[in-house]
Amino acid sequence: MSSEFFIPDPEGRVPSAEGYFGAFGGKFIPEALVAAVDEVAVEYDKAKADPEFARELDDLLVNYTGRPSALTEVPRFAEHAGGARIFLKREDLNHTGSHKINNVLGQALLTKRMGKTRVIAETGAGQHGVATATACALFGLECTIYMGEIDTRRQALNVARMRMLGAEVTAVKSGSRTLKDAINEAFRDWVANVDSTHYLFGTVAGPHPFPAMVRDFHRVIGVEARRQILERAGRLPDAAVACVGGGSNAIGLFHAFIPDASVRLIGCEPAGHGVETGEHAATLTAGEPGILHGSRSYVLQDDEGQITEPYSISAGLDYPGIGPEHAYLKDSGRGEYRAVTDDAAMQALRLLSRTEGIIPAIESAHALAGALEVGKELGRDGLIVVNLSGRGDKDMDTAARYFGLYETDAAVAADEAGEGAEIEGDAK
Amino acid sequence: MSGNVQLLNDTLAGARAEGRSALIAYLPAGFPTVDGGIEAIKAVFDGGADVVEVGLPHSDPVLDGPVIQTADDIALRGGVRIADVMRTVREAHEATGKPVLVMTYWNPVDRYGVERFTAELAEAGGAGCILPDLPVQESALWREHAEKHGLATVFVVAPSSKDARLAEITAAGSGFVYAASLMGVTGTRESVGAQAEDLVDRTRATTDLPVCVGLGVSNAAQAAEVAGFADGVIVGSAFVKRMLDAPDEAAGLAAVRTLAGELAKGVRGGRGTA
Repeated sequence: MSSEFFIPDPEGRVPSAEGYFGAFGGKFIPEALVAAVDEVAVEYDKAKADPEFARELDDLLVNYTGRPSALTEVPRFAEHAGGARIFLKREDLNHTGSHKINNVLGQALLTKRMGKTRVIAETGAGQHGVATATACALFGLECTIYMGEIDTRRQALNVARMRMLGAEVTAVKSGSRTLKDAINEAFRDWVANVDSTHYLFGTVAGPHPFPAMVRDFHRVIGVEARRQILERAGRLPDAAVACVGGGSNAIGLFHAFIPDASVRLIGCEPAGHGVETGEHAATLTAGEPGILHGSRSYVLQDDEGQITEPYSISAGLDYPGIGPEHAYLKDSGRGEYRAVTDDAAMQALRLLSRTEGIIPAIESAHALAGALEVGKELGRDGLIVVNLSGRGDKDMDTAARYFGLYETDAAVAADEAGEGAEIEGDAK
Repeated sequence: MSGNVQLLNDTLAGARAEGRSALIAYLPAGFPTVDGGIEAIKAVFDGGADVVEVGLPHSDPVLDGPVIQTADDIALRGGVRIADVMRTVREAHEATGKPVLVMTYWNPVDRYGVERFTAELAEAGGAGCILPDLPVQESALWREHAEKHGLATVFVVAPSSKDARLAEITAAGSGFVYAASLMGVTGTRESVGAQAEDLVDRTRATTDLPVCVGLGVSNAAQAAEVAGFADGVIVGSAFVKRMLDAPDEAAGLAAVRTLAGELAKGVRGGRGTA
């Protein structure tokens, strides 16, 4: 592959032809979608082999997205992590403000190749929705974004961005009114409109080929980070750390490091109010194998296979499933997954803002909180790469309420946020 | 105890022998309550349904429109469990002697255990299962146990299914083939998809199994139209909607009994009723 930025897994280790990563993955879809999903798989295989596809995507990734993204060392932040060196992979600096654009541009090109004129997508935090609306504006595609009603409120800025870009945003009022329900509604739309419509799925879950294809579009994150850290630190990191909801930014960072046995791959799941409270979305920590949204993976569910309602302060991580390749990495022992509470993530968000002048997304702040822990475990010689998957502008309303930053209703905000809002200076 | 696949086969063959289509009704278990759901099934059998599919309510009914989503929500908030679904099958079958199937998303079966689920369904007198999100390629374990326990495995085919795939699906299925009349989720429609007849013809070319058409059928005229080319007419949302719209349970039962009667006329080409 001559491409510099579109770098599908050269080894082709997993998945199998049927889409299995060990015991996880597969294609559990209604018959009405089989032909469409097969078409995506065939078209993606053709695109991978087509130098023109790689050339077009490379051009977009460089001249539109702004790749490669920077690798920024954060020494003042790292002082709070036991003195380990920490570098941030700056996916927040991509056009549209997160890693999501990598996958979206790839699938938008694929949409054109398939001759489809309409795109639908789900979004949680709105980052995938904004990236999709952006690509649809760029390519002249009709665009509908499904977003849980709760998420349209807590990420109102991104709703406005999507509408500004010309997308239709549909607030989903069923179920838990968050990301999982947005995906359900997008699937319902796809079944009815599959002839004209591509479902531009935003994470490394869903039926085969989505987990492998979305991963391939994000592999560039880890490939760049690996090269950059070798140049800057002269060695491989001890750990690569990323937040995991569906798991796309994490697999993007991890994948190029999988053959490097010395590099620990650490995913940070949302523990919400604490895994023990039941109010969390820590799927790999507390879930059981099951089927959700087209593939077998870990799922938050009850003893009869009903999906349980997840919770996280972060709309982008508030999901009761996880990509099947993460389930595979967990069970094989290659990946480590730990849970980070709302409060720990919010403290890390403020700490990075105040020590380094970088306001991270609440999603990415889960990885930062994880890195603070991992740094202390590694000690002074530790070297960590964290994926800063998105910027925090969209989260300022949530953060302002959490920390009581609004001039006018600080007292109200403090009441709403409860004890978590008590400010104790810099996070420990 | 063996399941009632033979009763299902005989019922569909009987309708064919009478020169008509069978009427297959869908109602979710636990809606509006477990006992109320059982009464509703008895009422649609009483009205003239030949076969009933009992829905296993799911938290994430991706293939269902708003009507069945609402019913599933009511059932789940009422605390419906798989044991209640099995009781529904048992009591509906014992009271009527008619074939009763379960329609379910795959995850509840996967989680409950295929062996346990099939054994309990057969023991309850169930005739089989419709599994709309279990592709044939992933169905070997299910089919092994369903066959062992005398249960039909009903697969769904869609207008988008290519001929080669239709052959693969119908070769693996039993009982009947569920042909989706259109591309979309469950719900009533103004008209039944024009693709339905073509799909039935293409499906028949691959199998001797009865081919029954579902999705969108809500009234006698549509049932008569579909009965002109299919072995069975499947109606779900229209029954659920009658229950949702009724002021009380008694009125709901009367409404679904009446609708079943109208549809039973429809599947006989508008001639007489059972």
